[in-house]
Amino acid sequence: MSLRAAARAYPALLRTGFAAAVAYRAEFVIWMFSTNMPLIMLALWAAVARSGPVGAYTQRGFAAYYLSTLLVRLLTGSWVVWELTMEIRQGDLAMRLLRPLHPLIAYSAENLAAVPLRGIVAIPVVSILLWTARGQLGHDPILWLLLMPALLGAWLLTFLVMALIGTLALYLESATSLFEAWLGISAVLSGYLVPLDLFPQAVQRIALVLPFRFLLSFPVELMLGKHGRGEALALLGGQWLYVAFALLATNLVWRAGLRRFSAYGG
Amino acid sequence: MIAVERLRKSYFVHRRNPGLRAALKSLVHRPREEVKAVDGVSFRVGAGERVGFLGPNGAGKTTTLKVLSGLLHPTSGQVSVARHTPQDRSPDFLRQITLVMGQKQQLLWDLPPSETFLLNRAIYDIPRPRYDETVAELTELLGLRGLLDKPTRQLSLGERMKCELAVALLHRPQVLFLDEPTIGLDVTMQAAVRGFVRAYNERFGATVLLTSHYMDDVAALCPRVLVIDHGHLIYDGSLDELVRRVRPDKRVLLKLSRPVEARDLSKLGSIVSHTDAQAVLQVSQSELQGAVQRALAQLPVVDLTVEDPPLEEVMRELFERGVSEGAA
Repeated sequence: MSLRAAARAYPALLRTGFAAAVAYRAEFVIWMFSTNMPLIMLALWAAVARSGPVGAYTQRGFAAYYLSTLLVRLLTGSWVVWELTMEIRQGDLAMRLLRPLHPLIAYSAENLAAVPLRGIVAIPVVSILLWTARGQLGHDPILWLLLMPALLGAWLLTFLVMALIGTLALYLESATSLFEAWLGISAVLSGYLVPLDLFPQAVQRIALVLPFRFLLSFPVELMLGKHGRGEALALLGGQWLYVAFALLATNLVWRAGLRRFSAYGG
Repeated sequence: MIAVERLRKSYFVHRRNPGLRAALKSLVHRPREEVKAVDGVSFRVGAGERVGFLGPNGAGKTTTLKVLSGLLHPTSGQVSVARHTPQDRSPDFLRQITLVMGQKQQLLWDLPPSETFLLNRAIYDIPRPRYDETVAELTELLGLRGLLDKPTRQLSLGERMKCELAVALLHRPQVLFLDEPTIGLDVTMQAAVRGFVRAYNERFGATVLLTSHYMDDVAALCPRVLVIDHGHLIYDGSLDELVRRVRPDKRVLLKLSRPVEARDLSKLGSIVSHTDAQAVLQVSQSELQGAVQRALAQLPVVDLTVEDPPLEEVMRELFERGVSEGAA
């Protein structure tokens, strides 16, 4: 299917994906509540910061950081790795391969379609919370404008990395343990658990160039106004370079992997 | 429409014995074995033909259908469907085919079938008037009224299968690969699905390649059958001819006005079943005329029918003979 044809089909894919997300609303709410690690970390660091700032972070600073982290996490989350791995193992991917639409485009629509539902629940709650820490947020409107492509980039990078690892199920018995390993490293190096600028200098230098930062920390940094405009633009470029690389890698692994697809069952 | 030349498809499967010791051993050494699912199969199917693909479990039928529909890459050999190489999965090819698997579904489980219909309309880029016309036709032919707005999970197996067929045919494919489309359905629903497939084939001139364990499906739909066993094609021809070659004998069904002795029946042929009111005899083709005349003259017969042995029996015998003898 050409990209133009895929673009024509995309609204219908999003609509169906949204209908499915609504159908799974109970599961969805449970997932929302299980995404509570930033709140736990906030409680911990707020207690530590009671006696004085930690690095550049006061109690309010931690509140702004972790609430922004929660918001970015809710808006950029994806689950394609689980779905893809399961569908490859059980052969259900076959039904997607029969349609003249790249399965990854269909998965992307299904994942993206859940974002508005998450937004409906998450945005009011987190907005109120963020309002209480508004003094810690960035004031440059340009950085807030850059937040949109940065969030999209973070979502795409999250989705593509998951798709890439999920596609490895065409080669491995199961790719989920590999994803667990990625998740573990990502929790540390994306700033999900600890702000990157609290790490030792040597670790920071590494973390700042790895892709993990662009999954989460970078949009949060924009919300907190941690960069000048030029630096923010350069980082946005870096994020989208990673997106392009992930797209290329996923496509290559997908094409080669399909030759090994066994289409079990049926 | 379909051309297959020396198609081979092999898999590697890991072997492991049950138990903890075998599990630990498999950590360092996992013996693997090549399984030839399809081994040098060649055939051609013309446009508009309805062909039955028969064989026991694991014979290679489904693997062949999956290769033909582009899901699997052949290990070797040439395959062409609607002038396309299936494994390239070009959009134009995918628009011309459909694969219905009785044990897989494309309907969205928690949404009504109408949502999947609309999704496929967008994916296949079906113009609105043609979509409306096709949905109306399919609703009529398959009796879908009242089903399309219920969540798929709340439909019965038969209702779901009808909706699966409809959604698979929404884009009016020219080649239908049907893998056990009536599996698990009751007799009425099986007949409805068969009638629908025949009507679609006649209405659109579509080519149909069908696998089924229900011989009634094949007998009702397919003038031509391909028989595959252990990955080899062992017969390609008409169903009648296959029956004649494998089981040249006939079944004589006698309805009796009073009980008769088994020894009287055995003079006419071998007894398949015998009750007070009815007997079924197996009689060779050459002795049929004499046996029928004697039965009518000597036994209290109120009705007599001559028919071919049941297809299930024919197939069982064919597969028991094995590839060496085949149907030749």
